[in-house]
Amino acid sequence: MASPQTGAGSEDLSAHAYWKANIRLVTGCLIVWAFVSFGCAILFRPLLSGIPVGGTDLGFWFAQQGSILVFIVLIFFYAWRMTKLDKKYNVSED
Amino acid sequence: MDQYYLNLLFVGATFALYIGIAFWARAGTTSDFYAANRGVHPVTNGMATAADWMSAASFLSMAGLIAFTGYDNSAYLMGWTGGYVLLALLLAPYLRKFGKFTVPEFIGDRFYSKTARLIGVLCLIVASVTYVIGQMTGVGVAFSRFLEVSNTAGLLIGAAVVFFYAVLGGMKGVTYTQVAQYIVLILAYTIPAIFISLQLTGNVLPPLGLFSTYEASGQPLLATLNQILGELGFASYTGQQGSTLNLFLFTLTLMIGTAGLPHVIIRFFTVPKVSDARYSAGWALVFIALLYLTAPAVGAMARLNIINTVFPNGVEGQALEYEARPEWMKNWETTGLLAFTDKNGDGRMQLYNEKNQAFAEQAAERGWQGSELDINNDILVLANPEIAGLPGWVIALVAAGGLAAALSTAAGLLLAISGAVSHDLIKGAINPNISEKSELLAARIAMAVAIAVATYLGLNPPGFAAQTVALAFGIAAASIFPVLMMGIFSTRINNRGAVVGMLVGLLSTVIYIFLYKGWFFLPDTNSFADTPASWFLGISPAAFGAIGALLNFASAYAVSLATREPPAHIQELVESIRVPRGAGAATGH
Repeated sequence: MASPQTGAGSEDLSAHAYWKANIRLVTGCLIVWAFVSFGCAILFRPLLSGIPVGGTDLGFWFAQQGSILVFIVLIFFYAWRMTKLDKKYNVSED
Repeated sequence: MDQYYLNLLFVGATFALYIGIAFWARAGTTSDFYAANRGVHPVTNGMATAADWMSAASFLSMAGLIAFTGYDNSAYLMGWTGGYVLLALLLAPYLRKFGKFTVPEFIGDRFYSKTARLIGVLCLIVASVTYVIGQMTGVGVAFSRFLEVSNTAGLLIGAAVVFFYAVLGGMKGVTYTQVAQYIVLILAYTIPAIFISLQLTGNVLPPLGLFSTYEASGQPLLATLNQILGELGFASYTGQQGSTLNLFLFTLTLMIGTAGLPHVIIRFFTVPKVSDARYSAGWALVFIALLYLTAPAVGAMARLNIINTVFPNGVEGQALEYEARPEWMKNWETTGLLAFTDKNGDGRMQLYNEKNQAFAEQAAERGWQGSELDINNDILVLANPEIAGLPGWVIALVAAGGLAAALSTAAGLLLAISGAVSHDLIKGAINPNISEKSELLAARIAMAVAIAVATYLGLNPPGFAAQTVALAFGIAAASIFPVLMMGIFSTRINNRGAVVGMLVGLLSTVIYIFLYKGWFFLPDTNSFADTPASWFLGISPAAFGAIGALLNFASAYAVSLATREPPAHIQELVESIRVPRGAGAATGH
């Protein structure tokens, strides 16, 4: 299962390290995911009420548009980073 | 041409197209039937997933719910898109790597337990059947309008069409048909929205129009809407009405429910590679977002248009006379989904918030004795082009689009249900030696039973299409998502933990829903009134799924830690799911 490890001092390229790198990336993306939706659109909306957007406030914009746009960017960012990780750790299917 | 025949022409032509495609790509083998032989490009798959995903609830019902509530129903927008982030990051690539046909199959293998697999089947069936009820509600609305029959007759005709349509195809037919359906439904949704946005704001893009200046007032559209609603005693459109806790939980429930719905998950079994599963989720969301970014504009603009129709001289002036009502109101009266009762006998249609005590005095002063126009939320999108006075072909296109949305999702759900029954229940547990031919027959019988149940319950639905569908998300969120996530991200969760977790999540959520919505959704059997005051901690039945999921996670961990850890080969299985390499080999059945 584990890919051959290179000598001491160089980077750990095992399946275990791949998984850890993946978890770090997932965690980062989920923080952004929660921040725009549960944060900006719901919990922090009162704090953002001073920022006007087209007849309403920034929180409303995040609730009805902003978070959706961020979600799209997040998935493609994750897919792109993971393709690079797959290659780096030599676990890609190609 | 008469509108009735124009509708028939558009709906008939699109149906002929779908049936043609389904016939051309019909399923020959079980692998074709369940997973389209894993040969679907990520962009194609994304588009098909989008059609599968955007049901009668998204197409017909959601904009109506947003229109009549405003900010609070943003939960639908964020929930039904945010779930794709969870799907892409937490589930889709690993389930694709695992490479089986159905969700219960993964549960059964990962938790090395036939019981776990059967409970997975149960969770899947409860969530999917609830979802199909919501679709049937929407199908009934769409058919009743364009065939100009009652809502009940529309529902029965719709059920017959869904039956022939889904039973014929299987996944391969469904995937390519769904691409065609996506194109029809997205055109049907955006074209009228563009027309209306141009009429009201001069902005060609509806999502930008929503935040632009309303040309008739010179003020921002949303500010005008808030002001007009206030003058009729309605709550502010952009303001928050419900509790923050409920809004938070409802959004979370819809998100994790999205990632836990089997008919969406199985879409990611059809792509060739693990990395394709990640991108495919992204493409699906792009195609979904085209509709979801348009929906809030459709909602706000339709609300404004309806009020302008009822009060042609502004809300300060007299309401419209019933005899002078526009054609679209007459059409919808036939279906019973729009009704006028002249409470004060003045022959005019007053529309205001009669439940607002503070406004009652003002209403009495104007001689109003109650709001007289009752408009079903679910008709809003279908009626929208008529309300805005758009040409006949746009109205016909929307009818075709609404049916495409409802049919594509119903087909996807029925496929997931039939797969669970024939593949997991019959082949997996009752008769492992069943022939491919008998398995396909069992799959089709399961579909027929599911349609019959959903049609019966659809006659007395527990809510508007999107609300019923939201309940299905709660059930999926509480039962399926946690067990899949734990199966991938933990090597410690064992068979007992998974079984207990699923049962706790499913039962707690289903019981909470039945207490308020009626036992088994049968009308008038609810134990408590379905109002915010009687909800536990103000949590609505639709928002309870997130709590159910939490209970699922917690009980699964507790039980797993108290019992023996999974055997070594299962821990190795989990390790192998986590790396993409070798996915091709894993597809063997």
